[in-house]
Amino acid sequence: MSVKIRYFAWVREKTGKAEEIVDLPAGVTTVAGLVAWLTQRGPEYAEAFARPGVVRAAVDQTHVQQTASIAGAREIAFFPPVTGG
Amino acid sequence: MSVRVQTEDFEISAEVARLTAGRTDIGAIVTFTGTVRADNKGSTITGMTLEHYPGMTEQELARVEAEANARWPLQASLIVHRVGELKPGANIVLVVTASAHREAAFDAAAFLMDYLKTRAPFWKKEVGADGRGQWVDARESDDRATERWEKP
Repeated sequence: MSVKIRYFAWVREKTGKAEEIVDLPAGVTTVAGLVAWLTQRGPEYAEAFARPGVVRAAVDQTHVQQTASIAGAREIAFFPPVTGG
Repeated sequence: MSVRVQTEDFEISAEVARLTAGRTDIGAIVTFTGTVRADNKGSTITGMTLEHYPGMTEQELARVEAEANARWPLQASLIVHRVGELKPGANIVLVVTASAHREAAFDAAAFLMDYLKTRAPFWKKEVGADGRGQWVDARESDDRATERWEKP
């Protein structure tokens, strides 16, 4: 499955990219699974996801938990806790 | 009901005038404006960059605004949030709530600010006196402020 992944704020700076299209292996079915898979792709990803539970996720522009399914997702985003307002 | 994300500044009285034009059912209008402070815990801030997630930001703001309208009898509401480069003293965010009576307008404005601070995908990066950028950490007190609106 091909999916767009977007990165924001310091997650974007650490991975070195704002977005990318990736082909997900069949076994990657949840947000946590995707984080684990990304983490082993290179040191920049390992650095971005180094602090467990800190990086938040959205699937198709809706906030989700780490246990959420990514089946059928078009766009998955990773970002720090929000600081607007 | 409306939400806007923009780089341009906003003018509070013009926004209120536009929101309430021709209305005679409003008895209370509350506005909240958030602005850039020149210091953060004692260190000097010379500027700020606000990043956001286009598309999701508007959806989250609309969702938060719909929730406020479901909870309180609002005649009108508005959220304007700026993004991009901002200097100390500049406007960041405007929330306007209008109702027949003040209690709903006050409470809904506080609710909108608390919710958007923990839900809307904005990120602040402060620039210090040395020119270095520093991402602002999320505050636990903002989470607690949001929790006070959770239904028992």
